[in-house]
Amino acid sequence: MSGSDTPSQPSANGGRAHNLAPLRLHVPEPPHRPGDPVDFRHVHLPAAGSQPRPDETCPPGETHPLCNSLVRVLDDAGRAVGPWNPQLDPASLRRMLRNMALTRAFDERMYRGQRQGKTSFYMKSTGEEATAVAAAMALDFEDMVFPSYRQQGILISRGYPLIDMINQIYSNRADRLKGRQLPIMYSARSHNFFTISGNLATQLPQAVGWAMASASRGDTRIAATWVGEGSTAEGDFHSAMTFAAVYNVPVVFNVVNNQWAISSFSGFAGAERATFAARAIGYGIAGLRVDGNDPLAVYAAERWAADRARANLGPTLIEHFTYRAEGHSTSDDPGAYRSAQERAEWPLGDPIARLRDHLVALGEWSEAQQAAMDLELAEEVRAATKEAEKNGILGHGLHHPFKTMFEDVFEDLPWHLQEQAEQAIRERRIKWPEWKE
Amino acid sequence: MTVEEAPVSLQDAPGRRLTMIEAINEALDIMLTRDPDVVILGEDVGYFGGVFRATAGLQKKHGKNRVFDTPISEGGIIGVAVGMGAYGLRPVPEIQFADYIYPGLDQLVSEAARLRYRSAGEFIAPMTVRSPFGGGIFGGQTHSQSPEALFTHVAGLKTVVPSTPNDAKGLLIAAIEDNDPVIFFEPKRIYNGPFEGYYDRPVTPWAEHPDSLVPAGYYATPLGKARVVREGEAVTVLAYGTMVHVAGAVCREKGVDAELIDLRTLVPLDLETVQKSVEKTGKCLIVHEATRTSGFGAELSALVQERCFWHLEAPIERVTGFDTPYPHSLEWAYFPGPVRIGEALDRLLGH
Repeated sequence: MSGSDTPSQPSANGGRAHNLAPLRLHVPEPPHRPGDPVDFRHVHLPAAGSQPRPDETCPPGETHPLCNSLVRVLDDAGRAVGPWNPQLDPASLRRMLRNMALTRAFDERMYRGQRQGKTSFYMKSTGEEATAVAAAMALDFEDMVFPSYRQQGILISRGYPLIDMINQIYSNRADRLKGRQLPIMYSARSHNFFTISGNLATQLPQAVGWAMASASRGDTRIAATWVGEGSTAEGDFHSAMTFAAVYNVPVVFNVVNNQWAISSFSGFAGAERATFAARAIGYGIAGLRVDGNDPLAVYAAERWAADRARANLGPTLIEHFTYRAEGHSTSDDPGAYRSAQERAEWPLGDPIARLRDHLVALGEWSEAQQAAMDLELAEEVRAATKEAEKNGILGHGLHHPFKTMFEDVFEDLPWHLQEQAEQAIRERRIKWPEWKE
Repeated sequence: MTVEEAPVSLQDAPGRRLTMIEAINEALDIMLTRDPDVVILGEDVGYFGGVFRATAGLQKKHGKNRVFDTPISEGGIIGVAVGMGAYGLRPVPEIQFADYIYPGLDQLVSEAARLRYRSAGEFIAPMTVRSPFGGGIFGGQTHSQSPEALFTHVAGLKTVVPSTPNDAKGLLIAAIEDNDPVIFFEPKRIYNGPFEGYYDRPVTPWAEHPDSLVPAGYYATPLGKARVVREGEAVTVLAYGTMVHVAGAVCREKGVDAELIDLRTLVPLDLETVQKSVEKTGKCLIVHEATRTSGFGAELSALVQERCFWHLEAPIERVTGFDTPYPHSLEWAYFPGPVRIGEALDRLLGH
């Protein structure tokens, strides 16, 4: 026991019963801190293809063993093996690869844009592209997704225009959200992508409610929602799981366990005692735990859960076991709390490289094609960025008119907001006399 | 309390008298019938018909897809209602007591209130959160609170409080039809009869009150419009919910020629009616049951002071609950009743 773990001596009036060992508070500690050598031997990795695939109609309890295992399809040689292999055709696999690579290229450029002062904030999804892209591709376009802030891959998979994403990030005059939202808090009703909130886990009961509405209408659409492992500690996680179980709701819960919630490792969300997938069992919900860096396993699990929901067999919780390869956001330096070697040593590798190797092993892709695609995607993002910059970047004056700040608080503008809008416009005329609206 | 002017649409009323609970039940029934998107959810609202009977008979008539019981999770109730609204339904969640709305506060403040704004109108939250509130029933700390100021402070929420069966029905219908999220606080003390602040007198049933005349069928009472309960010259009295009746009774008993205004909607506020009245009377008394500090009365007082400063002949008076949690045994020492209101009127009229 290290010195810092020694319980403080009981105070004079806080006497202890004799002959009993003192109680001790357990505060979790991650396995590696900055400068530590990295050892991931505690991460249990079953062989790809060794997990059974129960029928989508199975009772929830039957999935319990899978909650403590790891569904994997791609083996170390890049082959797709076992009952969870979704048997996707090469064209679909190449589309999946492209969506993930585009997501990464987009992240790279937007991160640089923030560093260049073009916007205030950005969050990458590096290393987690499969959990958004492969999952989204397993759903129907009409299914409503309730994402957290790290699923930009869904928008990219659904063909949402990059320029609209960049306009939002730059908060410029073409921003569909009129500059009201922090960068990356997208909303895209046209693509069945629910408005992202800064408040963690609120989207979980909302997804359940949406799916309850769909079921009550005899619709055929389902909902899917994403949350990080850190946010499963929020009360909304519990209420969402409870409501989903009670009403047998057609919803898929995706818990992206990337090991880190800003600087707190997953132990602070309870990972030391149980997997996140295993929580499903206590609610009477099917659970799956998948290799989140194996796009085929992610696709297969999401498809299994979606088919189950669509067949009125209720909710599924999928834990995507992955790793947050970069900082939490542009405001974060992970070097301050975790070992720099973690990313390189992460035993599940990189989702893009693994799918690339699979396609190469199939003879459907090559290193040269990969290099050409990467160049092409970087150019596509660059062109969209240049186009978006014509609409302005943050703080350079090209934004929506002042009056729009007061619109959409309510459907109509009540008198008090009308008055405040006039005030804002009066202030603008004083501050910037040459202004043309 | 005599009412000089008939409430809206009474000319068509066939003289039906309802309690506030019956009026609320009727409003819900009408909206379930008129609009297939309306759904009711909450604890004990389904089979049982609600702990106050507000939803009695509705599940049987409209089915379990439309009216259903929920787990005991206020955050869950509001959260799924937000999702249902995003789908296109018009949910009417019930929170059993306003004192228990706090677990749903994050979903109301961070989500429902901001959905339209943050999505630039792509997603809306056309929901009406019904919740019994207010004291005077020996409810103690957690069956008596009036948390309206927590909601009036939130941009994007509308807050409504009816004081009569006629308004309860009309305002609830308007709230359900409104495309913005509405907090609809029902003063539970006056569910079954008006209350004038004298706990030791027998309760008058609604049947003997003019505002219990409730027209059959559909009518909506517009949000954002106050009701002048009584016209007067001496002082403007601003109140809502139970306190409309308490303040009205005190003025009547003291023979004060008060202009009594039932605000009905707190946000958006009918400032025009308030301002016109205070400009006429030069004096303003604000009465609410909620605690004093940062209560809605503070906002009313500030607005009256800003708008009517040159007409004011006396300091604006606020009669409120005390700044303590709502007590049980000392309920009638806490409740802003006739004595406290009477003193404030004396101070105002002495000026």
